Amino acid sequence: MSNHVLLGIENVYRTYVDDEDNKVEALYDVSLEIEKGEFVTIIGSSGCGKTTLLRLIAGLDTPLSGKLTIGGVPITGTDPERGYVFQQGGLFPWLTVENNIATGLKARGVYKQEKSRVQEYIELIGLQGFEKAFPHQISGGMAQRVAIARALINRPAALLLDEPMGALDSFTRADLQDKLLELWRHDETTMILVTHDIDEAIYLSDRIVIMTPRPGRISDIMEVSFPHPRHRGGVEFLTMRKTILEKLHLASALPEPEYRI
Amino acid sequence: MGRFTSVKTQAASVPPLQTQGPRLPNPYANAKFLIKAPFALVGFLIAILANRLFPQIADVAVTDYEFPSGFILNMNEAYELVLLGLILLYLIAGVYSWFDPDRRAKYLNRVPFRFAMGLALTAWDILGTKLLMLPQPFFPGPARIIESFLMEGDYILQNTLYSLRLFAVGFFVGVVVGVGTGILIGWFARVYYWVFPVLKLTGVIPAVAWMPFALTLFPTPFSAASFLIVICAWFPVAFATARGITSTPKSHFEVARTLGAKTSYLVFHVAIPHAIPNIFTGISTANGFAFTTLVMAEMMGQPGGLGYYINASKVWSAYYKVFASILVMAILFSLIMWAIGAVQGRVLRWQKGLIHE
Ligand SMILES: Nc1ncnc2c1ncn2[C@@H]1O[C@H](COP(=O)(O)OP(=O)(O)O)[C@@H](O)[C@H]1O
Ligand SMILES: [Mg+2]
Repeated sequence: MSNHVLLGIENVYRTYVDDEDNKVEALYDVSLEIEKGEFVTIIGSSGCGKTTLLRLIAGLDTPLSGKLTIGGVPITGTDPERGYVFQQGGLFPWLTVENNIATGLKARGVYKQEKSRVQEYIELIGLQGFEKAFPHQISGGMAQRVAIARALINRPAALLLDEPMGALDSFTRADLQDKLLELWRHDETTMILVTHDIDEAIYLSDRIVIMTPRPGRISDIMEVSFPHPRHRGGVEFLTMRKTILEKLHLASALPEPEYRI
Repeated sequence: MGRFTSVKTQAASVPPLQTQGPRLPNPYANAKFLIKAPFALVGFLIAILANRLFPQIADVAVTDYEFPSGFILNMNEAYELVLLGLILLYLIAGVYSWFDPDRRAKYLNRVPFRFAMGLALTAWDILGTKLLMLPQPFFPGPARIIESFLMEGDYILQNTLYSLRLFAVGFFVGVVVGVGTGILIGWFARVYYWVFPVLKLTGVIPAVAWMPFALTLFPTPFSAASFLIVICAWFPVAFATARGITSTPKSHFEVARTLGAKTSYLVFHVAIPHAIPNIFTGISTANGFAFTTLVMAEMMGQPGGLGYYINASKVWSAYYKVFASILVMAILFSLIMWAIGAVQGRVLRWQKGLIHE
């Protein structure tokens, strides 16, 4: 395994101080290794540190202690090799769909050479005809696809997705899940997805990382070994679902609200 | 902000891409338009007829003015020509609106007002010129006002161009300097700390208060007045720009950084685009200040300009010329505001349908 390790997270701690001066242990001794090309899902109730972990990997935040490495090199800041899809998508409202997608190329100063990739990604996400549309003119599902394409255009080694489908209806969500698998195969990008949807985790990932809050830590890691395409009503799927539910119940003593922004 | 209401309502009427469908012709709507729209012109037609047919009862001299081309015109004819111009203008607008349901609706919406405007001109003409029943010389009739252009159209044009030049120079420099200062204040915490309080304090002072200094420190009256317009435009623009920059959501910067953006990209492609709507708000505020400053500066010691023309005419109690100058201001400043609104609509087209009132 260690040969193919892309991302190393070793004994990472991150503490916040909230408004009332209480210490919040967002991450407590978190260790995880993620392989090249893997699809890993992080699941857990709200407030268990999922976003915090993703931000550390992205280099948007630094740990209190512990080590984060990519390809053996310590992570010191943001880098286009680690794409990030934010919880709310965060498209630039003043840019058209195509210019949003082209942002990465322009920011790195390679737009002239790699211009054609913009159209390629527009086709991959199925948004032909919407190139000139502005973000508020397209649906939430389309906007998330644009956000994903925008992050992928830099050919990142890893794509970090923070509940990208949290605000979508279930049909759009299923659609986007398939699209995500397609993009994963197309680019062979390592995917790290945060979700609160157990079905989504089983449907998509190779491994499911279960986190628990207060302090935020990894309580379990599960392999999902049955092949794609996964049938959501299949026996293996449902068995897995039951196991995860039990673990989540065991994991959190108090029932937590399912989802919080 | 109210100044740009029309731009916004127009924007709000553009539906998002997905809901735009083909437009079907509606013959009934067309008939309604054909019946109602002409009333936009009828009011002015009545004004022309009133001017023609109503006898000149009061004792007012109707002078003939001969143009170099040999063309002879008196004030009534000139006034009728202006009314005819308005009729033509609204006729063309009507024909243009005919082909689009949105524009048709907008045109119809304005019909009552235009009709009333025609009637008001009729009443004014009769009371002001034909009967001389309004207090004179303060309220001349519309034809008298138009007469100013016959008497000294060249001179009015000369003064208009002077004002325009003064405004263009002062406002342009003011906006550029304002945006620049605003960006520096908004981006650098240190500049914010040291400059923002100064800006806040000096920003509330009406620019004309600096007039005595401006007149002594600048070599020409023109540069002194430009300076006043620069500072009056500067503050609101700098203010609004700074606010736009500092209010950029952190998440926009984070998105850009994960995509490989460096500082210059964050400034020029994230913070500034985010501040553009604020900048335009600042510009529209500055615009109003600049008109005021311009006219006041001209009235207080300029060798030309519409404000100067007002002052010069007032001395001779030529109030019809004062009104002529005011008319030119109304048209000129409206055009300037319209042009700025057009630029704004173009630059902020990404907001179309986003802002609802
Ligand atoms: N910037 C911050 N300041 C203070 N507390 C924070 C901050 N970010 C996160 N936290 C706290 O850290 C914990 C974990 O947050 P987060 O990583 O966002 O959880 P999740 O994404 O799993 O819902 C929460 O209790 C949250 O309130
Ligand atoms: Mg979160």
